[in-house]
Amino acid sequence: MSSNPFALWVYLSQQPLLWLTVTLFVYAAADALSQKTGRHPFANPVFHSMWILAVFLLLTGTSYTTYFSGAQFVHFLLGPATVALAVPLYENRKTVLAAIVPMLGALVVGCITAIVSVVLLARAFGLPEKVTLSLAPKSVTAGVAMGISESLGADASLTAVSVVLTGIMGAIIVTPMMNRMRITDYRARGFAVGLASHGIGVARAFQVDAMAGVFAGIAMSLNALVTSLLVPIAVTLLVR
Amino acid sequence: MIASLCLILLCQLAGEIVVRGLGWPIPGPVFGMLLLFVLLLLRDRASLFSVGPLQGGGVETTAHGLLAHLSLMFIPAGVGVVQRLDLLAEHGTAIAGVLAISVVITLMVTVGTFLVISRLMTRGRPTT
Repeated sequence: MSSNPFALWVYLSQQPLLWLTVTLFVYAAADALSQKTGRHPFANPVFHSMWILAVFLLLTGTSYTTYFSGAQFVHFLLGPATVALAVPLYENRKTVLAAIVPMLGALVVGCITAIVSVVLLARAFGLPEKVTLSLAPKSVTAGVAMGISESLGADASLTAVSVVLTGIMGAIIVTPMMNRMRITDYRARGFAVGLASHGIGVARAFQVDAMAGVFAGIAMSLNALVTSLLVPIAVTLLVR
Repeated sequence: MIASLCLILLCQLAGEIVVRGLGWPIPGPVFGMLLLFVLLLLRDRASLFSVGPLQGGGVETTAHGLLAHLSLMFIPAGVGVVQRLDLLAEHGTAIAGVLAISVVITLMVTVGTFLVISRLMTRGRPTT
């Protein structure tokens, strides 16, 4: 029967089942570890799952396309999860409405800062123009950023990677940074991390404080709107 | 739970249809979120909308369940790093540096703006 384990591997490694299972398993383990450390920022489950899976794919010589055939089921949930943000928004609508002016101000200023800073820094670091363009929408959620990147003629897969890296960096740095700056307003903390680090920031905010999570979710959604409008303008002014 | 998931997907689907149909530059799921939010508000005002997953906390439970695992959903896109190893070998340090500095600046400016405006507003109001 299975006298040839290699044949079994060849079969399984082409199946979505294996890659979906591996993704969930690695995440469950990374999340358990994160919980055990009391949600320490450096035990970020996205970061550790990402490099473990990447190393695993490289060691087994598996292509990303094969991996994605299984992982797409998880990736798909990003859309419904965005819609689901309506529920915490609804449940906290009074708090949100009371903070509408600071939110809109922070949204416009923060969004412009996110785009302009990355474009100027990329040029200062001497990165090629195509890389600079691919980094420009890095603060919005993956699906939206890839769409913007394609419309600019940039590299959408590099954009996806820079989006995830930005998310992880923000999620790791936000808690120590805000504590150091002695900012205790969880609405402001959440809003900042949702704007700068989209869904990964939102996930981090929900771990720290429920109200921070709600504001992070709103920031992420609003930033997706504003960034899609502003990136093309900023790129025209700054790059071309 | 299936009915709630179906409602969420319907909102997303309607969002995609409206956004693509009208050529708006906003993502479909974001418009879907607005739709679900409006449905939840309508539910409190008209009994006509208080049906299926919109009653008894159905859609709320499912939404919280989805949001509890938001981190997981970014992993497939992140693993896409394996496709761009050549580029990262060449520019990896610069890209990581640019992203890290930009994130710190964005966090500081956003949190600062939020706090300044919110303080200005409370100062203008008589304290009770």
